[in-house]
Amino acid sequence: MSTLSDPVNLSAPRGSDAGLTPKQLADKYGLSVSGKRPSLPQYVRQLWARRSFISAFATARLVAQYTTAKLGQLWQVLTPLLNCAVFYLVFGVIMKSRDGVPVYIAWLCIGVFVFQFSQSAIQAGTRSISDNLGLIRALHFPRASLPIAFTVIQLQQLLISMVVLVAIVLISGIMPAMTWFLIIPVLLLQSLFNTGLAMVMARVGAKTSDISQLMPFLLRTWMYVSGVMYSVSGYIQNWPPIWQTLYSWNPATVYMDLMRYAFMPDSFNKHIYDGHLDASGNATPKALILPDHIWIMAGTWAVAAFVLGFVFFWKAEEEYGRG
Amino acid sequence: MADAALDTVKEATAVDNQARVPTVVVDDVHIVYKVHGAGSGKGSATSALSRIITRKKAPTIREVHAVRGISFTAYKGEAIGLIGSNGSGKSTMLAAIAGLLPTERGGIYTQGQPSLLGVNAALMNDLTGERNVVLGCLAMGMSPAEVRRRYQGIVDFSGINEKGDFISLPMRTYSSGMGARLRFSIAAAKTHDVLLIDEALATGDQGFQQRSKARINELRKEAGTVFLVSHDNNAIRETCERTIWIEHGELIMDGHTDEVVRRYEKGDRP
Repeated sequence: MSTLSDPVNLSAPRGSDAGLTPKQLADKYGLSVSGKRPSLPQYVRQLWARRSFISAFATARLVAQYTTAKLGQLWQVLTPLLNCAVFYLVFGVIMKSRDGVPVYIAWLCIGVFVFQFSQSAIQAGTRSISDNLGLIRALHFPRASLPIAFTVIQLQQLLISMVVLVAIVLISGIMPAMTWFLIIPVLLLQSLFNTGLAMVMARVGAKTSDISQLMPFLLRTWMYVSGVMYSVSGYIQNWPPIWQTLYSWNPATVYMDLMRYAFMPDSFNKHIYDGHLDASGNATPKALILPDHIWIMAGTWAVAAFVLGFVFFWKAEEEYGRG
Repeated sequence: MADAALDTVKEATAVDNQARVPTVVVDDVHIVYKVHGAGSGKGSATSALSRIITRKKAPTIREVHAVRGISFTAYKGEAIGLIGSNGSGKSTMLAAIAGLLPTERGGIYTQGQPSLLGVNAALMNDLTGERNVVLGCLAMGMSPAEVRRRYQGIVDFSGINEKGDFISLPMRTYSSGMGARLRFSIAAAKTHDVLLIDEALATGDQGFQQRSKARINELRKEAGTVFLVSHDNNAIRETCERTIWIEHGELIMDGHTDEVVRRYEKGDRP
């Protein structure tokens, strides 16, 4: 082979391309900078093309979650039930905050499940990038698939909890009503909100792993101020109006109130629960109050969180998985 | 078939003076790693606290200049081997081409999205091999129907099921060789413009290595470019007709495999 003896520059462009600098050569053939972030519309298209990946990933993860436990998938139902039992024991029996709330056990369980949906979506989102570095480094796909898939997992888990919830509500003596159809839009709005938050936390968690140590404390604080186990409206009545308004915008409270209204509209009816004194002089439960414009608040939170979260996540798309 | 492809490429590079289509252009690239947690290990809680209070920069961050000014251009249909001693910057170069590492200076331009196959690139360990195949294919952008069509081919190619029904077991129960084989089979199921292979073939057994060599040649014929990092010089000789020798992050030699590998083995730097 004669070519082996004389040094041939295999890198240099030949023929009509001879003499081009590397940059010019790359431009001429339309090569793109490696690892460049796609434009926002391109990114949305890529993500849409991966929709079956997102749902398959979520299902696979959900199934794999309890493979090491003996009771297996039964934990999907047992976990929410045990959660409700603990909260009922502490806040219903020991601390007696059920006075003043009609049908406390159902009210409590709805709150616990709805809040947990947001809580676990945020927690899973925080770890979604850092826990899947192997997958990210091995294959190329829009990284937003991961926080979205983890929110879908939490939604699937909530739907299982919902079956438990319906049983609890029926046992509490609440009959199905037309408002039960409102559950669907509430779930949709909350899912959008959670996805947005999960994407924000995914980017933050990918950069600073310290944040996942901090999240449980932040989330617990959020839970205690959101009125999961006690009615917030009773506490903020005497606050300055500006604080009341701000407090009423708390997204967790908004989604919990809506879900409670959807499940048990009678509890919000002043004519049924008027808070009168019964024969022995004890106050009966007073009707709950659904804040004005609550659907607008729910919608605003959902759209704002999703759009901002998506753009925020996309801004760092090329950096996920970098060592 | 594979030999014929190799011959045509050799002919093309030797005889033709036609313009070739570049797939990867690496233009004077420098890569600097920032390593956290390196250095003398005074990482106790009290020292970390005093560092935060005194606002000192963490002393444990060190910079490693892994690639220093490498330039080359790869063309359609080429299989290029990267050789060099451990820590010479070969794997870093591949990760940068794949877009997984930012460049400090210089630019890397690629056609399409290069796909990196590394030994350590684990997929999802707690899921079964079956699910990994399906999820991997979906993640690469195949449609569910396409995945169903190709599924059996991928499993057969990997040879995972040769010793019993392993594909329905979680991937954490696989040996490292089996894992690497399955990952290669998944990634090779799709036609990539640029496929980067980092020692992924070294773990497979004889039969699998033969199959993967044939598949690499097929991928090249489908108008792709293949990069192969390996310490197995025979694998480089059999698969690649062009080889780049890297040492200390610098390009030592870029030429025909026979000559580069011969001089590399003798330690004869130009």
